[in-house]
Amino acid sequence: MVKQEICMVVYREERGNGLYALTMRAPRIACCAQPGQFLHIACGEGNLLRRPISICNVQGDLIKIFFEVKGSGTAWLARRGPRDVLDVLGPLGHGFDLPALGARPVMIGGGIGVPPMLYAMRAARDACNAQPSAILGFRSRNLILLQSQFEELGPTHICTDDGTSGVHGFVSDVLQDHLREYTGICACGPRPMLKAVAEIAAQAGLPCQVSLEERMGCGIGACLVCACALKLKDGQEGVRYGHVCKDGPVFDAKEVVW
Amino acid sequence: MDLRVNLCGVELKNPITTASGTFGFGHEYHTFFDLSRLGGVGVKGLTPTERPGNPAPRIAETPSGILNCVGLQNPGIDRFIEEEIPFLRQFDTKIIANVSGSTVEEYEGMVEKISDADVDLIEMNISCPNVKCGGMTFGTQPGMVEEVVGAAKKKAKKPLIVKLSPNVTDIAEIARAAVHAGADALSLINTLLGMRIDVDTRKPILSNVMGGLSGPAVFPVAVRMVYQVRQAVDVPIIGMGGIRTGRDVAEMLLAGANAVAIGTALFADPLAPVKALEGLEAYMQSHGVERVADLTGAVCL
Repeated sequence: MVKQEICMVVYREERGNGLYALTMRAPRIACCAQPGQFLHIACGEGNLLRRPISICNVQGDLIKIFFEVKGSGTAWLARRGPRDVLDVLGPLGHGFDLPALGARPVMIGGGIGVPPMLYAMRAARDACNAQPSAILGFRSRNLILLQSQFEELGPTHICTDDGTSGVHGFVSDVLQDHLREYTGICACGPRPMLKAVAEIAAQAGLPCQVSLEERMGCGIGACLVCACALKLKDGQEGVRYGHVCKDGPVFDAKEVVW
Repeated sequence: MDLRVNLCGVELKNPITTASGTFGFGHEYHTFFDLSRLGGVGVKGLTPTERPGNPAPRIAETPSGILNCVGLQNPGIDRFIEEEIPFLRQFDTKIIANVSGSTVEEYEGMVEKISDADVDLIEMNISCPNVKCGGMTFGTQPGMVEEVVGAAKKKAKKPLIVKLSPNVTDIAEIARAAVHAGADALSLINTLLGMRIDVDTRKPILSNVMGGLSGPAVFPVAVRMVYQVRQAVDVPIIGMGGIRTGRDVAEMLLAGANAVAIGTALFADPLAPVKALEGLEAYMQSHGVERVADLTGAVCL
């Protein structure tokens, strides 16, 4: 059930390069959140629309989010600190179906798509008794996020676009090399990355779930703006529009029109 | 305090309704508040058959507003009648069905069909800026307005509200044409046609290039147009366009509206209609207003 909660920020981290993390006390949302779901956060008087941000972690009453400052809304959010309050809707959307990914799922994240995979990986290990792995891609070494937290949960491969850390290349290259170790894939990151991952999964016949982004309005499925093109259900030619906020953000990769 | 308003013989318990296209069919918002608190619900615009709508991006944020180009995505009138009316009838509120067509005949057919369904009021959308055929093209020329409203009115067995476009030179002339053709009430404003460009990519932000502007940015335009239409015609007016607070509601009523619709404000706060109602009550209390109907057109010049 979606709730509106006024949450107090308890911790703020500035990670450099425009990346921030906020931890807030949100007992009513935290109690029913699932990996892959997101929060829709009001970002001050000057920004009419809320900003959708994935949940990175839930511990008891606390929810942690990571975000990148991209505009006036996230800039406002980046200025919040302990004892500030946030007006939050959540938990929103349809998260990962982890049991469908088998005993050895791999969590793939790219850039700011990495943090929500931590929550998914923890849930896969703790709630589904799976043995998850992670493949995390970043542009460069100084942008690497959460490496040690992932490593605590299972084998973790790092790759960078410029080769400054880990494998010099894309997450899809690493996935291809280790494909036989995995029973299913879930991924969050830039669309070209998701598309490449989805193609590999389709060729290998592995279940694959992807978390999509789109410009969003209400966040709860009423305004219909965050459309994403999906294949028709009966396999016919043509597209139908699902909505990232309610039908997603996590979709079966086979459903998506890439 | 008497909050009731009468729209063409249909009594709303209060003047607060929701604006079509911002409220779906109510499912998403009824988890936040009891829909029975509203005077009426304006539901997503309907067409004769299901419409998929436009590709993404369908929204762009603007200063104190949004542009949208959803493109009338809806399940079609038949599924609305079968599936959504029974849901909405669980609540003690009036149902305002919103219908569109791409030809005069389609408008006639839509109004005829929805008249036989269990709805309270029919809002005829001749002002959608986001569809290629019909929509706003019907609502911007007085001759076309008379033709389509006249034809639809002959089929209407429920009060017919005509929703006007602000994208016209003289809103009063359009309002008079609609009323002359038989409109029982008017609602205004639909969105203002707008456009944004991403200067990095030099591409329009919206998939449809242009879209409709709504939100607090358009509120003064809406108040002005409601005021002008109130001077021109005597039928009830549902005022909409950028309303957020109870004081905004009072302002729209003073300009000449009999009821209001709240739309874009819902995206910022799902409780916006309920808070606006409470704010209106507080305004009436503090200004010694007994009947909300007394506010209509009561601006002091």
